[in-house]
Amino acid sequence: MENTIENLEAKFQAKLDAEIKIEPKDWMPDKYRKTLVRQISQHAHSEIVGMLPEGNWITRAPSLRRKIGLLAKVQDEGGHGLYLYSAAETLGTSRDQMFEDLNSGKAKYSSIFNYPTLTWADIGAVGWLVDGAAIMNQVMLTRASYGPYARAMVRICKEESFHQRQGYEITMALAQGSPEQKEMAQDALNRWWWPSLMMFGPSDAESTHSAQSMAWKIKRKSNDELRQSFVDATVPQAEFLGLTLPDKDLKWNEERGHYDYGAIDWDEFWQVVKGGGPCNKDRLKVRNKAYNEGAWVREAAMAHAEKRAERKKNN
Amino acid sequence: MENKEVLFDYVLRIADNALILGHRVSELCGHGPSLETDIGLTNIALDLVGHARVLLQYAADVEGKGRTDDDLAFLRDIREFKNVLLVEQPNGNFANTIARQFLFDTFNYHFFAALTNSKDENLVAIAKKSIKEVTYHYRYSAEWVIRLGDGTEESHEKMQSALNEIWDYAGEMFVADEVDKQMLAEGIGVDLNAIKALWEERVTAILKEATLDKPEDGWIQKGGKQGKHTEQMGFVLAEIQWMQRAYPGMEW
Ligand SMILES: [Fe+2]
Ligand SMILES: [Fe+2]
Ligand SMILES: [Fe+2]
Repeated sequence: MENTIENLEAKFQAKLDAEIKIEPKDWMPDKYRKTLVRQISQHAHSEIVGMLPEGNWITRAPSLRRKIGLLAKVQDEGGHGLYLYSAAETLGTSRDQMFEDLNSGKAKYSSIFNYPTLTWADIGAVGWLVDGAAIMNQVMLTRASYGPYARAMVRICKEESFHQRQGYEITMALAQGSPEQKEMAQDALNRWWWPSLMMFGPSDAESTHSAQSMAWKIKRKSNDELRQSFVDATVPQAEFLGLTLPDKDLKWNEERGHYDYGAIDWDEFWQVVKGGGPCNKDRLKVRNKAYNEGAWVREAAMAHAEKRAERKKNN
Repeated sequence: MENKEVLFDYVLRIADNALILGHRVSELCGHGPSLETDIGLTNIALDLVGHARVLLQYAADVEGKGRTDDDLAFLRDIREFKNVLLVEQPNGNFANTIARQFLFDTFNYHFFAALTNSKDENLVAIAKKSIKEVTYHYRYSAEWVIRLGDGTEESHEKMQSALNEIWDYAGEMFVADEVDKQMLAEGIGVDLNAIKALWEERVTAILKEATLDKPEDGWIQKGGKQGKHTEQMGFVLAEIQWMQRAYPGMEW
């Protein structure tokens, strides 16, 4: 069969239909490639920007055990960034290019990391809710049609569920602690609940990329479906802790077999996406600073590697 | 000093070196020059705080006053911290961070290796458990000294000035005081003279490979082992201890 564009497209579609993974060397439509680069790099950026709000509590963690747990978690997030950048690189975009897009503000990362971690309880809430919401999305992505992405997700998911348990456990210690600790936990939940629901993105009706991503089997579930699963999973967890989710419309709907929840403030969502969140500027400033100030180190490492290779050749 | 007190002090010194250096390195988490170094250094911080924890648990046992590892980490004041001044020095640029790490890791590797022959079973167990990680740090920071020294002109210059700047703080690791001498006499502690020779040999070899000059020995800045610290240390403790001071007596 001749490799006309029609044939290539048909072959690609046949693979999708047969649930065969698309691999880096396979032909793929340009838009599929672009969508993946955008999504995977955005995901990678979220992992490394996410290191900042949590990293800022490592030095102040209230016990050695918690400090160790948090260090391990933040290290994992760096590792997730690494797997994901590598997956995106298989599509022909360099890591430097992706970093530059992040630093210039062209590429996005999860808006949740534009909220500040103000108290120790936020570290609990972030693990419980933010990693919890991430898992909903990521478990789905272990079945994504692009092989390297799906495989990166399998490794990542194992660690994310550990993070979620760790966050829940931090929150539990506070919920069962002194009145001050319980108040701290409730306050963190109040601040993180709605932004966590926003993590799933706009409603299906509003979501620009969703339908095509589902057709390409990158995404398998809609934003609203994932959000609903998250709410359903989290409500009993909060009840168990004796904490209250900050939504007066939240109630079990017998007919649907799901929890109903109140209206999400999409104006806030878009404000944060567009750069107006409490920490957008800080996060980018920190990333730019690390990248720019680290340039001489990366150059040195490269220069040294070249010298080494040269010496080896001449020996 | 009674034997138990001497041992307590000796264990605290080892623990505090790990805790304070681990803290310094952890400040960099997410701010490093590359994702790989961020992960590498965070991993080192994690190991060091892990070592500090088991050592402080043992110190608390030795003391026998019902204090815990967390009490020792979060509720001692500056004069009771016994780490060498080297490890409390600020991160500076990446070359400063690596210089501090390299001088300490080289010491720490030989120190832990020697500690596996201690007469104190607990220290032997801790040293044996940590030596793999300590060995990894020892290689990691030496590799970076070589990369930066024998990298670009800029990195060479930065690495050289970083070494020159921190050099005065290296000597304290080898200055044996009464505590060191008594622990050595009892077969518990490590012979710092022997470690010094091993340290010199390794540092000289790595600097040579890195095309760097070994700085001249000058003043030795010391006092940390006796709880006399640099001004930096107060701020380090303010940060580490803030939660436990603000919310005393709670479980986390
Ligand atoms: Fe994630
Ligand atoms: Fe992650
Ligand atoms: Fe995570």
